[in-house]
Amino acid sequence: MAKEILVGKASDFKEGDKKIVPNGKTSEIGVYLVHGNWYAYANLCPHQGGPACEGLLMAKVEEIIAEDKTYQGMKFNHDEMHIVCPWHGWEFDIADGQAVADRKWSLRKFEVEVRGEDVYVLA
Amino acid sequence: MDLATSDRYHAMSVDSFDTEKLLTNAARQRDARRLNEFPIFDADAHHYEGESISEIIEFIDDDILNHLARANPGIISGGRGGYQPVGGRITRYPLRKIEETPADGTHRDIHLSRRWMDAMGIDYIGLFPTGMLGIGLIPQVEIEVQYARAYMRWLTEKILPTDPRIKGYVFLPFNSPEAAYEIATEFGDKEGIIGFLITSPRYKPVHDNAYMKTYSYIEETGKPLIFHSGLNWNDPLMSVTNRFIAAHALGFTLYNVIHMCNWICNALNERFPNIPVVWTESGLAWVPWLAQRLDNDYKMRSSEIPGLKKLPSEYMGDMFYTSQPMEMPNDLSFLESTFKMINAETQLLYASDYPHWDADMPSTIYDLPFLDEKAKRNILGGNAIRIFDLDVSDRYPNYKAA
Repeated sequence: MAKEILVGKASDFKEGDKKIVPNGKTSEIGVYLVHGNWYAYANLCPHQGGPACEGLLMAKVEEIIAEDKTYQGMKFNHDEMHIVCPWHGWEFDIADGQAVADRKWSLRKFEVEVRGEDVYVLA
Repeated sequence: MDLATSDRYHAMSVDSFDTEKLLTNAARQRDARRLNEFPIFDADAHHYEGESISEIIEFIDDDILNHLARANPGIISGGRGGYQPVGGRITRYPLRKIEETPADGTHRDIHLSRRWMDAMGIDYIGLFPTGMLGIGLIPQVEIEVQYARAYMRWLTEKILPTDPRIKGYVFLPFNSPEAAYEIATEFGDKEGIIGFLITSPRYKPVHDNAYMKTYSYIEETGKPLIFHSGLNWNDPLMSVTNRFIAAHALGFTLYNVIHMCNWICNALNERFPNIPVVWTESGLAWVPWLAQRLDNDYKMRSSEIPGLKKLPSEYMGDMFYTSQPMEMPNDLSFLESTFKMINAETQLLYASDYPHWDADMPSTIYDLPFLDEKAKRNILGGNAIRIFDLDVSDRYPNYKAA
């Protein structure tokens, strides 16, 4: 049975907030509220073991290609937010934890439950 | 401080920064793998000497250049271009400025280096500059010469004597063969100096006769000669690329490819058989490529390189390579093949490149499934201890080469 870790009060989170909570003595879990959805991932990058959840939350960068195939620049796509590992910049899709450059790699995902005012992560 | 991010809803503000905290997971790797039980030497670590530029300028004796440097201290960085921190995503770049160090008389560079070394389980480092990696591109040769001498005086007087765990290399102002020789001989036997450095982004042929007396001197010392690569986005060829990733991936490899070709094709391995030559920060995958290219051509055009007594690839197998930025393909058999071609167990030296953006932890070597424990320890430290003739008795009194 999964262990429940109390993260805190849901009302303490606003859009884009995260909280990193201990998961035992030698690991942590990052809990996010993004676009009204809760997400939780291990604070451990599959690349070299960096603290992925301690990095920035950045919008996906997309190229702007016109109908005639000419390059017109780049833009942020705020519908897809990325967790960015601060050690090397590996980016992970907040929706599923997959590495956006190579989806064979991903952050370990945890379930989040909100009961009443309390937010729990199931580890 | 506020970090630059993509929108206000996901802003990140940080009150303090601590390298040890950032590297908590590295310390966990260190403990899980017991990396403190054997010596680890990081052959390519960096400091940001530009942050100490006012101290270094004090060592520039030439009045005119001293004034020029004080008025324009950024000149050492040259015009290489680029943005290493991936738009601020590598947070240690912007946050570095708010990291506090004790005001106890020990230089900030030493404090910061010790923090990340201890976290990763690294015992000793070979320290390279950062901005000065591009100084060979400055058209004014006298600036490279003056900065090289000032940097070396500062390094050997203020930095290296204060911590035996931190070693240095003699920066050779290679655009002036005479000055390169003078600085090599002036600093080659200073405390903490373990080798000689040629920064690769430059346009001088390494086989020019003008350098032979410098190589002869280096060979006499028994210390390695290191080519540290870099990028120059303003290079006419590189300027065709429009993304930093291309300028970086190509540049950091190609400058060493050029110098390696010239070194081999002019039979410098035969002329200086006792110089351990080390190729740094180009990754590893280029070595099998170049070895195969040169061997193939050499078998058809050996008359062009009469000084060689064996295949180019065999000379390449005699030379040394630092690991970072090590390619990590999903199919590790590719990397295993590279290790085989470069004789990694005896010729490969672990390097972190920390604190730069593409740094490699010791676990990148230790966790490779195709290496046995002896090979891991050789690559992480043993090979460097051998070729740099390092005394590790202060931390490992009972150390014996594997």
